[in-house]
Amino acid sequence: MELVKNETVNQNKWLKLGVNPEDALISKTYFTIAFATLLIGGILGLIQGLERAGLYSLPSGFNYYQVLSAHGLLLLVVFTATFTMGYQLANLSYSFGGLLPIAKKLIWVGIVLKVIGVVMAVTMIVLNEASVLYTFYPPLAAHPIFYFGLVVLVIGIWAVCLAVILNYRHWRKTHPGQTTPILAFFAMGVFILWFFASLGVTIEVFMIIPWVLGITETINVMVTRTLFWWFGHTLVNIWYLVATSAWYIIVPKIIGGKHFNEKLIRLVVILLVILNIPGGFHHQIIDPAISLTIKFLHVFMSLSIAVPSLMTAFAMFYVMEKAGRKKGGKGLFGWFKKLPWNDVRFLAPMIAMIAFIPGGAGGIVNTSNQMNQVIHNTMWVVGHFHITVGVSVVLTFFGICYWLIPHLSKRQLTKRMNKIGVIQTWIWTAGMAIMAFSMHIAGLIGDPRRTSDTTYGGMEAALNWFHYEYIFAAGATLLMIGVIIQVFAVFHMMFFAPKGTTEYPVAEPEEDQPSVPMWTERWGLWSILLLAVVAMAYVIPIVDMIVNAPPGSPPFKTW
Amino acid sequence: MGKLEETWMIVSVSILVIFMAIVGYQTFALGMGPPSNKDIIDPQKVDEQAPFDEPGVFEVGENKYEVVMTLETFAFNPGDIEVPVGAEVEFIMTSKDVSHGIQIPGTNLNAMVLPGHIQRITQVFNEPGEYLILCNEYCGIGHQAMFTKITVK
Repeated sequence: MELVKNETVNQNKWLKLGVNPEDALISKTYFTIAFATLLIGGILGLIQGLERAGLYSLPSGFNYYQVLSAHGLLLLVVFTATFTMGYQLANLSYSFGGLLPIAKKLIWVGIVLKVIGVVMAVTMIVLNEASVLYTFYPPLAAHPIFYFGLVVLVIGIWAVCLAVILNYRHWRKTHPGQTTPILAFFAMGVFILWFFASLGVTIEVFMIIPWVLGITETINVMVTRTLFWWFGHTLVNIWYLVATSAWYIIVPKIIGGKHFNEKLIRLVVILLVILNIPGGFHHQIIDPAISLTIKFLHVFMSLSIAVPSLMTAFAMFYVMEKAGRKKGGKGLFGWFKKLPWNDVRFLAPMIAMIAFIPGGAGGIVNTSNQMNQVIHNTMWVVGHFHITVGVSVVLTFFGICYWLIPHLSKRQLTKRMNKIGVIQTWIWTAGMAIMAFSMHIAGLIGDPRRTSDTTYGGMEAALNWFHYEYIFAAGATLLMIGVIIQVFAVFHMMFFAPKGTTEYPVAEPEEDQPSVPMWTERWGLWSILLLAVVAMAYVIPIVDMIVNAPPGSPPFKTW
Repeated sequence: MGKLEETWMIVSVSILVIFMAIVGYQTFALGMGPPSNKDIIDPQKVDEQAPFDEPGVFEVGENKYEVVMTLETFAFNPGDIEVPVGAEVEFIMTSKDVSHGIQIPGTNLNAMVLPGHIQRITQVFNEPGEYLILCNEYCGIGHQAMFTKITVK
């Protein structure tokens, strides 16, 4: 009991301290990169929407696939990763009362490396030397500098992972017998997952580099695809884990409630970290060279991620109902109306959470053998990830901006800015709803993804889906307006909003909660279990792909 | 609270288990599993090896056909296929260069066709008409032009 009390005192002290200026600069740097990237990536997204609908054509020298490659890399990797790091490092600094000097050095090294890496990769895309899309599946072969850029980017990410692990260990050593603050626990989960996720793509890139340099003649196509999705799908769940840290810990405070039972929250984090990586296999359900038995095993492994997600759904409704009833909400749904719908800090993550219901259901379709076959590589998938990433994750990120950025820049969230945020949230929601819904429908009738023009010489099938493409373009236009408002809001809150203080909304546990068990902190054990699950999932298929491999493929540049 | 949580988790996990049972039954008992053929081929010598040295449509039984098909940037070979109504058609395919995908909108025919691997998928065409065959994996600058048709009459 004594320890628990001490911890509360410490937390109160940090509450006053907030994030210190040096650490705030790190987070603000990340957010600056993130939202500059969002603006560029957003414009590229709109261009695709218009081009595909036949309403716009790119100036000569540029093509759809180049724009799509840049859109994917900038938004899926750069925007999400830089936002995640800005937010998670602020959480860590807040929870630990500041980052260690060595951690800060590593983080700055990481930022510089990531910028260099991204500039290298994007330059190759702009020069049309790397129109290989976000997945860069061999035997498509980009310019070697594209892959070197990816290596530098990954090393930059590892530098930050190392910083977080060092800082976490230091805190544990200097606070014996205490469990870490919950936001730091989330951060540890995020960066452990980042590290193990990037291992797959790193091995892949080290297979590709000698191949594009001509040192090796051919490459194993199946192995590289599999290693890509080891990374590619885990990345999705990293975003999701980051978003849930705000759902579990930030949202309850904003609605005037308490956070859910911490032991269960930690269990959800641990499960998400351990179970995540094999989820990538469901991207290969209609591939050759993987047996039906292995595919079925992976349907199960992908679906297992639904378990912690369903626990999260339960927890969030529990917390919200309790807070709503405390404010006088009566009856079965009265509490729902009592939630602060006019507060952007709540509204944005709330819509994000609601979007996770259709997003998760669509995900279950995608991961199941024969249903995947119906929608594989169609616009359905594009609709799916615009709902999950574009709403569940990104809208949570946008909501975080409205308290974190003014907090970091020692400014206020004004009533006016809150209102702008509410409007932005609704525009974004409308844009995504229109675009993602029409993409799902078009995909069901067969409209393929990643294709610049789907008229197919006026064939009847193509006429069925063509009018949906105008609706994608309309949704994309609304989203572009949303991006502009959000980028304006972020930089306004960073540099121009009135000076003052903004709360860092971290929820407290309920009063009668049991203490948090120390065993949850055993990250060494969780990492071993993660590797065990990865071994179960990957050893058989990858050994099979290597032992029973066909002669490899030479590099191709087909664009 | 503990009790409610438990009930919720039991119900959710049960739904997943039932779901897996159905997917498993369909896959292994009804043969509805996704295309997963494991034969291999040298991707640089596709033209020299049977059956791809002779791509085409072959009648192999009563209203049963095999389509031996190669995919390359940016074409299906053979293209413009014709089969009678009710034909059961097995597509046997490989790629001569990069990764491709084959999809026939209006059917559940959807498979990845990768270099070095021979993919097989079967479809019964019960409705007459012209079906679009398209490539649904990005394969290069002409990807949107990679399509052909199958006529069922």
